[in-house]
Amino acid sequence: MATRAQPGQLCLAGSGRAEALATGGAASAEGPGRPGPLRDETLGVVSVPSQWRGVQGIRGETKSCQTVSIATAEASAQTRKHADAQVQTEPPVPVGMPPGPRHDSPGLAAFLRRVEAMVIRELNKNWQSHAFDGFEVNWTEPQQTVTCLHTLSYPPAQGQGLHVTSVSWNSTGSVVACAYGRLDDGDWSTLKAFVCAWNLDRRGLNPRQPSAVVEVPSAVMCLAFHPTQPSHIAGGLYSGEVLVWDMSRPEDPLLWRTGLTDDTHTDPVYQVVWLPEPRYSYRFRVLSVATDGKVLLWQAAGPGQLQLTEGFALVVQQLPRNTKLKKPHRGETEVGTTAVAFSSFDPSLFVLGTEGGFPLKCSLAAEEAALTRTPSSVSLRAPAQFTFSPHGGPVYSVSCSPFHRNLFLSAGTDGHVHLYSMLQAQPLTSLQLSHKYLFAVRWSPVRPLVFAAASGEGDVQLFDLQKSSQKPTISIKQTQDESPVYCLEFNSQQTQLLAAGDAKGTVKVWQLSTEFTEQGPSETEDLEQLAAEVAT
Amino acid sequence: AEVEETLKRIQSHKGVIGTMVVNAEGIPIRTTLDNSTTVQYAGLLHQLTMKARSTVRDIDPQNDLTFLRIRSKKHEIMVAPDKEYLLIVIQNPCE
Repeated sequence: MATRAQPGQLCLAGSGRAEALATGGAASAEGPGRPGPLRDETLGVVSVPSQWRGVQGIRGETKSCQTVSIATAEASAQTRKHADAQVQTEPPVPVGMPPGPRHDSPGLAAFLRRVEAMVIRELNKNWQSHAFDGFEVNWTEPQQTVTCLHTLSYPPAQGQGLHVTSVSWNSTGSVVACAYGRLDDGDWSTLKAFVCAWNLDRRGLNPRQPSAVVEVPSAVMCLAFHPTQPSHIAGGLYSGEVLVWDMSRPEDPLLWRTGLTDDTHTDPVYQVVWLPEPRYSYRFRVLSVATDGKVLLWQAAGPGQLQLTEGFALVVQQLPRNTKLKKPHRGETEVGTTAVAFSSFDPSLFVLGTEGGFPLKCSLAAEEAALTRTPSSVSLRAPAQFTFSPHGGPVYSVSCSPFHRNLFLSAGTDGHVHLYSMLQAQPLTSLQLSHKYLFAVRWSPVRPLVFAAASGEGDVQLFDLQKSSQKPTISIKQTQDESPVYCLEFNSQQTQLLAAGDAKGTVKVWQLSTEFTEQGPSETEDLEQLAAEVAT
Repeated sequence: AEVEETLKRIQSHKGVIGTMVVNAEGIPIRTTLDNSTTVQYAGLLHQLTMKARSTVRDIDPQNDLTFLRIRSKKHEIMVAPDKEYLLIVIQNPCE
């Protein structure tokens, strides 16, 4: 700014002049013409304007463009209706009846006119004819005699002098189990007892070696196989306990037990039965009866534990007074129960056999509370509805007819079998089958008029009421030395089989003759007639 | 109506459980039993009657089947045959 470069003056000359100008008087002392020291020089800014734009001219245009806005929309969809459809094939409907017009062809009427007289004549003849009475055809080779198929025993139990107290067939009918215990010593004992099972369908069956053995600390009084689980079996002990075993697990068979609690029976358990639960027919509970007068219903609860779900207690004071019984003692006296049988027609109806000798008709639906002071986790009810006239001694066995809702049998120490109707206290018939005791009585599962009884003289007696209502049709000797037969069971699957257990510790499997396994022509009617003989 | 009357008369006889009329093809035309039982009886008894008839005629060509009775444990079945129809009556045997 202090200096301005003059046009035309170039570097060297210019610089000298500029020096002169800049230094002024100070430099003059050295004289002109002498090259001066190097100095700063500042040159002006030269600007050269661009001609390009000017020449070209500004021709800018503004343009804009934009894509069309993208249209978005939201939509929702939902099906409003849905339908479920199930398809199942139905059994093929056979070529059906012509539903259509029932045109009466003249031929049909004429045909009927022609044959009517003959058909009616034959119908009448047939109705009056007795030509076929008692006629029976043997299409199959009949089994003429009752034969012993197997004699089963467990030598260690026999060695201890144990009795077979109970037998049971499993749900498939191929396994028979027996309980070893003692009925006669009536005392607590430390003797080991056993439950043994034999599979009769297994090849190489060894009658002296059961296919499953369970050791039990107390005498086993009763057994019952599960109605559907082929390997589950319930048992009642002399100690009052109820246990359930799984016979297919020989190393650890115990499934559930009641343990010894306040709820447990205080007396020997005489019978156990499986009952379907009211609403779940595939689930089962165990019902046990004992001589302490209690009927208890157990259900598996938690691992290994049977829990009391319902309970009944029988007290003399609460028994229905429709029959004269001995005058009760003061206070509550329990009625010892020794046997139970459920009706085949009414799932809540059952019959109890008692030590007093009188059978009782009872109901699971009973509401009345029992007069008992024994502690219990559930309130005990009084189930008795009707008292039947008594035997001469304790009743050991009862059995409800599988073919008639009102008929049941009872057998006891008086050696008599009573056939009762649910409708009257007096028995329909009373048969003396033994001079000693009778320990078991069972209706046949296939023949409405047949039952079997086990006697204290070592006989298994088969009764066919169609043949004779007085004496047994056949009496089989189970034991040679007249030691008693304690238990018997028909096989409901293989109906020709009957198992019976005795005081010698053996179980015999009998094959019944055809007359005991095939239902006769008018048997059901005869049974109806028998039941109808109720005194009016 | 005459047909119904006749069938009713037969049906009202003692012990009669069911009555049916079957045509020559074995198809039931009238019945007093339920559908499935009727169809079963009709088909089987038609076959049996035809077989019985051919048996009788094979033994003696001059002979012919006039009536068929089948006695079973539970029932007596009677079949009245004809060229066009079969009348089948099922009866309980005498008491």
